Amino acid sequence: MTAPAVFRTCPVLGRKIHDKAELLVKVNAVTAVVSLLVGAIAAVLVVLTRWQAVHLLPAVWFYRILGVHGMSMLIFWIIFFEMAVLHFTSTALVDTRCCAPKLSWFAYGLMLVGAIVVEWMMWSGQADVLFTSYVPLRASPWFYLGIILFAVGALIVTGIFFANLVVAKREKTYEGSLPLVVYGAMTAAIIAVITLLHGAAIYIPTFLWSLGLMKVDPEIYRLIWWALGHSSQQINVAAMVSIWYMLGALTIGAVVLNEKISRSAFVLYILFISMASAHHLLVDPGMGPAWKVANTSYFMYMAVLASMIHGFTVPAGMELGMRLRGYTKGTFEWLRKAPWSDPGFSALVFSVVVFGFIGGITGVTIGTEQINMIVHNTLRSPGHFHATVVSGTAMAFMGVTYYVIPLVFRKKVAFWKLAKIQPYLFALGMVIFTMSMTFAGSFGVPRRHWDISFSQAPFSVQFNPAVDLILAFVALGGLMAATGAFIFVAICVKSVFFGEPLGTITKGVAMYGVPQGIWNPPVHSKDVEQRNAELHAAATGWMGPAPGTMVLVLVFLAAFALYFFTNWKILSSVWKIG
Amino acid sequence: MHIDTHTGLDAPKGIWWKPAHKAEKTWVAISFAWCMVLFAMMPLWHWKGGQIPSGIRRRTTPEAYFKRTQEFIKQYRVGDDRGMPIVAPPPGADVYLAAMTYQWTPILKLQKGKEYVLHLSSLDMNHGFSLYPVNVNFQVVPGYDYGLRVTPTSSGDFRVICNEFCGIGHHTMVGRVIIEDAPTATAATPGGAP
Repeated sequence: MTAPAVFRTCPVLGRKIHDKAELLVKVNAVTAVVSLLVGAIAAVLVVLTRWQAVHLLPAVWFYRILGVHGMSMLIFWIIFFEMAVLHFTSTALVDTRCCAPKLSWFAYGLMLVGAIVVEWMMWSGQADVLFTSYVPLRASPWFYLGIILFAVGALIVTGIFFANLVVAKREKTYEGSLPLVVYGAMTAAIIAVITLLHGAAIYIPTFLWSLGLMKVDPEIYRLIWWALGHSSQQINVAAMVSIWYMLGALTIGAVVLNEKISRSAFVLYILFISMASAHHLLVDPGMGPAWKVANTSYFMYMAVLASMIHGFTVPAGMELGMRLRGYTKGTFEWLRKAPWSDPGFSALVFSVVVFGFIGGITGVTIGTEQINMIVHNTLRSPGHFHATVVSGTAMAFMGVTYYVIPLVFRKKVAFWKLAKIQPYLFALGMVIFTMSMTFAGSFGVPRRHWDISFSQAPFSVQFNPAVDLILAFVALGGLMAATGAFIFVAICVKSVFFGEPLGTITKGVAMYGVPQGIWNPPVHSKDVEQRNAELHAAATGWMGPAPGTMVLVLVFLAAFALYFFTNWKILSSVWKIG
Repeated sequence: MHIDTHTGLDAPKGIWWKPAHKAEKTWVAISFAWCMVLFAMMPLWHWKGGQIPSGIRRRTTPEAYFKRTQEFIKQYRVGDDRGMPIVAPPPGADVYLAAMTYQWTPILKLQKGKEYVLHLSSLDMNHGFSLYPVNVNFQVVPGYDYGLRVTPTSSGDFRVICNEFCGIGHHTMVGRVIIEDAPTATAATPGGAP
């Protein structure tokens, strides 16, 4: 018989935390941060090469390091962090234990070995195929095998996530329905299963192809690879939105406006989001127009609808949470009086705003069938996804880490003054970076390109002189954001390995190195039900109990419409193509 | 039954399937309507717009496509530029452009305002067709013939940049497309400029 699970009670959240689950959270999070460091170093090298005035790396190393950057960031940093999120939400938030610690360690081992093999293949020049490894570009079989090992490990962890929830339900460790944050994480886990099955469907044949055992059609590869590649971004979206709800609750006591609406939006993600492979095949010869239109729009934009709903319910929940705590003056007192020096809060706000305003608007626009012709493989494409997965997902993960350090690692956040400005630096850098990339792409500047001066090409290409300046801004923004990432890594390493223990928290007494949501938890007063009823009763108009958010989302919609129709206008001016 | 005010970290007790506030319903309705606009634009552009990436899509093989391109070059060749044939097909013709590491073959000479069927395929890797400075982009995939009905609406000396990573020489892969103003009855054919 195995020893009974050992729990401690979290002094802040009052949750039961299983020691074995906690260790898994820690190790996965630390591995994620190490991957982030590798990816950020690669980012600096790439940015300094694309800045044509510096042009740091030789061609071979530029493409190699670009591949390393993609893998380390998009796969290893993001997914190891998501594994930590899955372990945390399926245990601590429903007061249960990790039901299979040994299997969890085995899965972690597979993922770690897979990641090391992939990194080794890329750095040693045996996989110069970039992140997407489009067949017939060929890498060493070990590269594909490494990815398969990593994916199998991740699939096991999603299985453990579901098993933990089943155990919690059976042992009745929580009452009622799953908390919304866990529900969102479950959405991410379901999409992860779909995604990883697509991954198996493409990487196993490609592995066999690399051994010379079978054929892989280049267009079929692109179709199925992107069912992995784009759907995995939807795991990130679902995980990020869950963290938005979590950070809102932790920092300012954000409430759930309506469970039905928020949960239905998560269901829309599951139903429609795996169609996004089409975004990458809009100007491909493989598929016809009906397939392209239906798929690129997630069947009439139902997944976009889901994001627009969360884009309202998250800030509206934050607004209502603040209003319930007494910040009721005017339209925006709740926002002005918010804890802007709490890095968990500022990261949350920047994540929501940049993801929506830059990532969301550009994404839907460039994913339109015809508009994609003036976008495909130009710098507008990475301009878009750095606004979603970096400024959105990575920013949210960084924000929640400022709470994970004291709550899970039970350490104070090191370099506290730097931590307070880190989200500002990172977000500002990413805004400059993504917008400059988008502008450069509008001039036709290609992505994944070592030399846009075309010094070794048979025919000269002279870009608009403005492009040089714009690429300098890309470098400036990129270096700012990378500095933000390095500061984040330094904070994590110092706090976790050499940090000061958290010590005793006295409610209401400010503590250096601890976010305000922990020493001053945003609990609602006893009469919250009455206040809530009053706020709703007073808000008889269509603006509702969160009028500030209504103003913000209408501004968003106006920006969206302007950008969308401007792109149609630009498209109408190019050659006639039919 | 009333649901207690709670955060996303709390398990909601009781039945949470409750009607939303008018404000939330309004935003969902606005978003839904906007999604329908986003969607409607694509069929609408197929019907009324001038830029559609559908084309004529066929399977081919690198060998067959190479052979067809060579025939096309032989048929309409008008000169050379640094060893690369310049090909001037008549308006309405099927035009073949072959991508291979690291060149676009041949150089095309077309007329403004005339429609051509521009075929794109690759003889080896994935390549990216990016017409500069017009900024129109297509994926060029080995084994697939992508035939696009193209009408140049501007004249000049254009470039074809490869914008899909195809190997270590990717950044040197640049092709050339020359668009001339359509000859009028009185204009003389421009003769061998130096």
